[in-house]
Amino acid sequence: MHYIEVQKKDFNVGYEYQQLVKDNSSDGAVVFFVGRMREFNQGQKVSALTLEHYPGMTEKLLAKIEAEAQERWPLEDSLIIHRYGRMEPGEQIVLVVTASAHRKAAFEACEFLIDWLKTKAPFWKSEETAEGTKWVEAKASDDQAADKWSEK
Amino acid sequence: MITVLFFASLKEQLGCNGISLSGAGINTINDIKQSLIADKPDWSKWLHKPNLLCAKNCEVVNGDCSVTSGDEVAFFPPVTGG
Repeated sequence: MHYIEVQKKDFNVGYEYQQLVKDNSSDGAVVFFVGRMREFNQGQKVSALTLEHYPGMTEKLLAKIEAEAQERWPLEDSLIIHRYGRMEPGEQIVLVVTASAHRKAAFEACEFLIDWLKTKAPFWKSEETAEGTKWVEAKASDDQAADKWSEK
Repeated sequence: MITVLFFASLKEQLGCNGISLSGAGINTINDIKQSLIADKPDWSKWLHKPNLLCAKNCEVVNGDCSVTSGDEVAFFPPVTGG
């Protein structure tokens, strides 16, 4: 199963795990990555963030990234859930799940998916701080993390 | 008609979600920018930002990419999701 969801509402990690392992005895390794909202960014307190996206392109891009992961690793199952809208510190933003017969493929594919998602999927964050609301700038370190997967 | 969309900081800078162009005289993405700037000269500095990205029908493309009537073109800053 390879699944993508772009949604406003929160997700339940335990529920997603139960769904994944139900009637499934082939995935020997399951890796979960959860991206959460931090209360500090670059030394500044952030009271909330709002994620905007490009409906249509987002789903297409995520499906493309997922297909790329399937080509590179023997992935039995994968799941990406990305939220949009307003979120407060501690809330979950994104879930990436990868499952394979063995852990190496699951670990690597999960890291690949979040690294590519961060630099390719059309999402934009704006943060609410004491000084007002400002758009988050893209980080060079995220580009470098994504680039390390480009050579295959 | 060509549908042009703007997202995130660019949308706020232009004060506009999007616009429809007739498509006359437009062959490439760069032509769209020229046409928008001809109509609204103060958009020039925002549409000429070097890190601005562009997608045609939901695929990221370069400025010299061709466009035809019916295409959806979007301009946006570097992405910051995840």
